[in-house]
Amino acid sequence: MTAVPESTALRVGRPVPSEELLVEVDGLSIHFPVGRAGFWGQRVKVVHAVDDVSFAIRRGETLGLVGESGSGKTTVGRAILRRIDPTAGTIRFQGEDITATKGEELRLLRQHMQLVFQDPYASLNPRMTVLQLVAEPLVVHGRAKSVEAAKSDVVSLLERCGLPADAADRHPHAFSGGQRQRIGIARALALRPHFIVADEPVSALDVSVRAQVVNLMQDLQHELGLTYLFIAHDLSVVRHISHRIAILYAGKLAELADSDAVYESPLHPYTEALLSSVPIPDPPLQRARRRIVLQGEIPNPIEPPTGCRFQTRCPLVQDVCRRQAPPLEEKAPGHWAACFFR
Amino acid sequence: MIDPTPVLEVEHLQIDFLTRRGTVHAVRDVSFTIGRGETLGLVGESGSGKSVTAQALLGMIELPGRIVGGDVRWKGESLVRGPHVRRTIERVRGQEIAMVFQDPMTSLDPVFTVGSQVVEVLRRHRRLSRKAAKARAVELLDIVGIANPTERISQYPFEMSGGMRQRVLIAMALACEPELLVADEPTTALDVTIQAQILELVAELQQELRLAVLLITHDLGVVAGVCDRVAVMYAGKIVEDAPAADLYATPAHPYSAALLRSTPRLDIVLDRLVAIEGAPPDLRRPPAGCAFATRCPFAIDHCREEQPRLEVFEPVPNAVGAGDAETLEELEQPARTERTVACFRAAEVREEVLS
Amino acid sequence: MSGTATDEYSAHQHDVDEALLAEQGMEGRPYELRASTTGLFSELRADKAGLLSAVFLFIVVFAAFAAPLLAPYGPVEGNPSTSSIPPIWADGSWDHVLGTDTQGYDVLSRLMYGARTTLLIGLAVVAIAGLFGVVLGLIAGYRGGRTDRWLMRWVDVQVAFPGLLIALIMIAVLGPSMTSVIFVLSFNGWMVYARMTRGVVLAAKERPYVEAAEMVGCRPRRVMFVHILPNLTSSLVTLAVLEFARIILAEATLSFLGLGLQFPEVSLGVMANGGRDAFFSLPRLAIIPGVVITLIVLAVNFLASWLRVVFDPQEREKRFAAGATTAATTVEGVM
Repeated sequence: MTAVPESTALRVGRPVPSEELLVEVDGLSIHFPVGRAGFWGQRVKVVHAVDDVSFAIRRGETLGLVGESGSGKTTVGRAILRRIDPTAGTIRFQGEDITATKGEELRLLRQHMQLVFQDPYASLNPRMTVLQLVAEPLVVHGRAKSVEAAKSDVVSLLERCGLPADAADRHPHAFSGGQRQRIGIARALALRPHFIVADEPVSALDVSVRAQVVNLMQDLQHELGLTYLFIAHDLSVVRHISHRIAILYAGKLAELADSDAVYESPLHPYTEALLSSVPIPDPPLQRARRRIVLQGEIPNPIEPPTGCRFQTRCPLVQDVCRRQAPPLEEKAPGHWAACFFR
Repeated sequence: MIDPTPVLEVEHLQIDFLTRRGTVHAVRDVSFTIGRGETLGLVGESGSGKSVTAQALLGMIELPGRIVGGDVRWKGESLVRGPHVRRTIERVRGQEIAMVFQDPMTSLDPVFTVGSQVVEVLRRHRRLSRKAAKARAVELLDIVGIANPTERISQYPFEMSGGMRQRVLIAMALACEPELLVADEPTTALDVTIQAQILELVAELQQELRLAVLLITHDLGVVAGVCDRVAVMYAGKIVEDAPAADLYATPAHPYSAALLRSTPRLDIVLDRLVAIEGAPPDLRRPPAGCAFATRCPFAIDHCREEQPRLEVFEPVPNAVGAGDAETLEELEQPARTERTVACFRAAEVREEVLS
Repeated sequence: MSGTATDEYSAHQHDVDEALLAEQGMEGRPYELRASTTGLFSELRADKAGLLSAVFLFIVVFAAFAAPLLAPYGPVEGNPSTSSIPPIWADGSWDHVLGTDTQGYDVLSRLMYGARTTLLIGLAVVAIAGLFGVVLGLIAGYRGGRTDRWLMRWVDVQVAFPGLLIALIMIAVLGPSMTSVIFVLSFNGWMVYARMTRGVVLAAKERPYVEAAEMVGCRPRRVMFVHILPNLTSSLVTLAVLEFARIILAEATLSFLGLGLQFPEVSLGVMANGGRDAFFSLPRLAIIPGVVITLIVLAVNFLASWLRVVFDPQEREKRFAAGATTAATTVEGVM
């Protein structure tokens, strides 16, 4: 891994990550059987959700993982948390191979890695109070004797996450989306994990609230030295929180680079299209902008095309793209892309 | 060019939701107009009342919702009250005003092919023969950019992707050659690259068919490339209604300004995203004064005591304003250039924005 | 299906969503959960059929369980000298309000004792079948895989049996008694609970908050009982109430066929069966218990439909709004 460029390191918003690799994903492939084809069901149909994805996240770093629906971004996040078993590849956490960890060992391991959910409405049990929700991880891991015993810890955690002190006794539906997401974050942080997978944590929220939650996550990273895998479906929010950004298309990595490099000099044509499809709230600029509107849709994951997965929509496509898949290569220091022509 | 006579007029619309925990005043005195061929963006966050307003246009407010005041007029005819409202709505809906919703899956019937659903609309409203309707359906699918329409027509909704389904819905909406298309968050459920396709499509259709469009969204970015005018809603009221370019360049309401600042931009790098602190008011007990006052950096006592009305706002001409004119010329200049703002401190807000 | 109709459907969805959103979006002014349960009984009052049913059932249950204290006679107290006394409306006496049967037993007293047995059987069967079915459904739904397939095949096979036939055979083997009636009806009735429970568990397992619970380190048992099981309450209560009505009918059927309780025991079914012999001379002996059975079952069904509304927040919102609108328009009309 290459060093972070100075411009990034000096930003207030993003703390400087250490050189230590916290999470290493190597050759990760995840295939789901979805049924059988053929008259006797002799052929098993398989969804190629993720294919040969490798990356690493340094301690204290935020890696933005961007992809549209069907790109496999959520699957990658769940695989690192070991909620989905990989078909191939290894996952290492704090230098330890956790690809095959299971049972009680896995339960204990998860104290160090937590998940922030996309939907702040559905991810909090409506029958529990906020106190019960946030204290639950402490109680089930034996760090607090009872919910009541954990109360003072919970209240200070809630306050840290920007919630009023009396929030603890209420039920989640008494809160707005933004506040619920704060509760979700507090719950994920209760066990003081090192690593957080944030699965589209702000995409269900209103624009003005998104910023509140992203800023909170940034502050918490500063204070607690957290490492994030920040999953998003577009490029509009991730820039502000990520050190590096990985772009996933149809289960494969298309580009992986420092966040500023992705925005300023994208290499993969898909990244360019993704950038140009985020509208800029400035009518003259938006209308004057050269927009790349992709035709077609993401390929069928059951029978992905041989060669480059992006070939069906790519403006640069050539014969070679149909024959073989472009490897993810380091095109510039720290800037990886999978395209023959860039 | 845009015809300045409005086809749709919404006047002092008020909608309540009766809930057991109190009456939610979801829409509080909303007025706006749409001219022939004009595209109006109605922007607001969840709970601002934008979708409810759209539903009121075609008599779709059902219990627990209720229109308690105001009127909606389509070419002068009321769609809210009067002895023949039901008949008028029946006639206008689908024929002259068509709607497209956020979730393309729930709006399509899963047990019929998309083709038969488009044909059904054509046969019912246009009284076409089965054969003519089918030919027209293929044509429509082609217009909305569906490749291989002759094959696609016999597919079921579940065989299509979200973007495809949204195109089918737009095709259905266009089937009767409406004059106004109401699109309620048409791209929220879609991927960004697909969103770009759909927005492009709406813009094209608007140009080619001289269609008036009411585009409802929570995302200021979405309307920027498409709309002539933008109306910003907050807590059940329109706080600012202005030509798109003006609104984005120099927002005059503090909420529009704050919303614009908090929308992350690809072309501007920030260390920290800008958030609007606080939260919208409880619409069961709307505040006496301006609803945004509690979150507004410009608020003075007067704002908390009296509700600002939506009034024409004419800024003092200044150097920066003159510079704007150049960029404005590049755009298709909307026929109506006036800007209305509901803020006592609009002048100060504008000054701050310009500086 | 036409385009307009689908539009209306989604518009309706929008209505509800937006209303809920409008409520949920009220940051800073949270309302308490308690608020959502108040007014339950004011709605029961508004639901005329539900209220009447509740009152009727309350009287029946009270009369049945207090039978030894309230009944004027014992269930088998009497002799041929008191036989066939007509009821009060046919020039009978206040000593035997509903008259006596051919054996000379007081019909009202037997009705109270009979209802007692019938209700007891209903409760016992609902409890036993419910417990068994729910436990199996939980295991099937949560474990999934092979366990699920085997358990559900078992359910399918048992559902495919003709219930009455099995009941006849089993009672022929066990001998007719209250215990065997309870056993046989439970044996035939648990599958519906298992299926429903499994369905609810499967749906609940997919909820993000269940994944969240697993993520923070809850063990399977805690996930099951704290996060999944409470989702069952509403459907389980409604189902149990409906099953209760069905059991009452089933008991009556078995007894009517002579396979239920035997003399000197008494249940509503036994009474109806007894009345059959003298149907042409004394039709009231069959009609009175028949009417009581019908009324109980009807009342239970009305109560179940009220419960359904109570457990459906959207339906409750609508009813409330409809009521409020009527009130509002009346006021407007006056002005």
